[in-house]
Amino acid sequence: MASKVIQAIYNDDDVLMMAVKRVKEAHHHIEEVYTPFPVHGLDKAMGLAPTRIAITSFMYGCVGITVAVLMMDFIMIEDWPQNIGGKPSFSFIENMPAFIPIMFELTVFFAAHLMVITFYMRSKLWPFKKAENPDVRTTDDHFLMEVSLHDNEDELTRLLVDTGAVEVKVSEKH
Amino acid sequence: MYTFSNKLKLASIILMVVGFLGIGLGFINSPSTIEEAKAMVAQDAHHGGGHGESTHEAAAVEEHHAEAGVHADVHGDEAASHQSHDEHTLSKLQNRPWAAFFIAAFFFFMLALGTLVFYAIQHVAQVGWSPVLFRVMEAISSYLFPGAVILYVFFVLTSAFHLNHLYIWMDPNVMAHDEILQLKSGYLNIPFFLIRSLIFLAGWIIYRHFAIKNSYAQDDAKDNTYYKKNFKMSVFFLLFFFVTESIMAWDWFMGLEPHWYSTLFAWYVFASMFVSAVTVIAMVTMYLKSKGLLEFVNDSHIHDLAKFMFGLSIFWTYLWFGQFMLIWYANIPEEAGYFLTRIEHYNGIFFGMLVFNFVCPFLVLMNSDFKRVNWFVMIAGISILIGHYMDIFQIVMPSTVGEHWGFGVPEIGSILFFLGLFIFVVFSALAKTPSFLAKRNPFVEESKHFHY
Repeated sequence: MASKVIQAIYNDDDVLMMAVKRVKEAHHHIEEVYTPFPVHGLDKAMGLAPTRIAITSFMYGCVGITVAVLMMDFIMIEDWPQNIGGKPSFSFIENMPAFIPIMFELTVFFAAHLMVITFYMRSKLWPFKKAENPDVRTTDDHFLMEVSLHDNEDELTRLLVDTGAVEVKVSEKH
Repeated sequence: MYTFSNKLKLASIILMVVGFLGIGLGFINSPSTIEEAKAMVAQDAHHGGGHGESTHEAAAVEEHHAEAGVHADVHGDEAASHQSHDEHTLSKLQNRPWAAFFIAAFFFFMLALGTLVFYAIQHVAQVGWSPVLFRVMEAISSYLFPGAVILYVFFVLTSAFHLNHLYIWMDPNVMAHDEILQLKSGYLNIPFFLIRSLIFLAGWIIYRHFAIKNSYAQDDAKDNTYYKKNFKMSVFFLLFFFVTESIMAWDWFMGLEPHWYSTLFAWYVFASMFVSAVTVIAMVTMYLKSKGLLEFVNDSHIHDLAKFMFGLSIFWTYLWFGQFMLIWYANIPEEAGYFLTRIEHYNGIFFGMLVFNFVCPFLVLMNSDFKRVNWFVMIAGISILIGHYMDIFQIVMPSTVGEHWGFGVPEIGSILFFLGLFIFVVFSALAKTPSFLAKRNPFVEESKHFHY
């Protein structure tokens, strides 16, 4: 079933925020909003579920620190014991101050990179992917709100124009 | 309008009285003769169990030689060495109530000073989020003056009157035998020490006086004249502060161990001061809010303060580790000595404070939502304050009391006394505050609607 959507274009993020709130109040379903930059508070206004990416980041950080500990223990203590700072104790715990920078860096490395990769996968982004935004102006200075249509085109058009949309048009959902 | 509730006032006075008795008891119980000191050490060794008397003695002799700078030429005379060792033990035991007093006096003073610095930074940055908290910060900084007077009297008694041996370079007998300290005597001498302390304490107090005067005057002003004045004054205060704070850290704390130096030390003390101060701002704000005052402060303000607590806790840990790791790695004897005393005799405190100062605030405040829950911020705050008391404790105690330390009547008494005084001064200042809202601050509307 080819569903139709109505697209309203705004040229100001504050106007967009007010519009999103009004459309939600009128109980219409907002499919998506395309913006050239992150608009603070938009996710809440749209009623999107809070992101869980912070939790994954924490878990990746835990993985990173574990990898660092095991790696340093293997390289510096077990496989080829090193005399660190003139203190040949050959014990992980006594040499730990020297490993802390590595533990820190790998925690950050794992948390940051894996979080970005998770974000790409979750948002279905990959190299050479064709852009999804319906209007190129949303990469410049315009904001686009997509609302699903259920034979209420006139009513929605009136509402959207009233909220300050500079352009309203109907299109097939793609 | 806030009135200092009788219950809180009574509690603060009781704390002061109990604390005062504790401090007094600490001084009465400290040994006055070598025989008494020996008896106390023997008793300590007995309690210690594992520590044998002889190893204890040997370690102490060795440490004494390293610290007092007694060089090889004195080693020949065994009897004299023993005699001086006993005197050394006595002076260390006598130092304990003084050191305990100093730690608590400085700890509560630095809360007020750190708050003042945070306040000055708000002015310089012309912040939009925090003007609703200005009156809380101003009230906390009111402890600056009494705190500074107490510390200065303490330094006069320590240096000019030689009532204790906290700073070994103040002892002419030590100076006479120590060539390294003689080289430093151009800086480390009593008159210059007192002049320096006077200059920076006076500078900080003067800034506070005028900043708060202007802040009150701005409430009734028609334009932003006083706001601009405060901006300019705060810029110069911060310049003055970061130079004088370094000198303060060298004088008051690195001077306890005059053979040792660390270029990072001043920042390290500052980090402790700053994170504790932001914590106290958050705690007092939450307390007042729970009393139904500060209706214009919302969760987002607490969230921002908690972010500072979180970030600055990591900053402190970074400096602590930066200082420790370089010295640990290089392992140069005159530098490593500082950490050897702490790791050998203060192990629990030295590493335990990392749990309070880093692990606990890090885990509790990591989640964004938890930073808005007052109870979480309170728990992290209590942990931070305990941890930074431990930090000041392990800066001062090992250098002044050495291995004969304890945590008992003099320490607890000092904490209670200064806690009581701090509460009394800060909440009296809050009660005198005309309005809790800096209502004519140009950013106050933005601050009221601050939303994260």
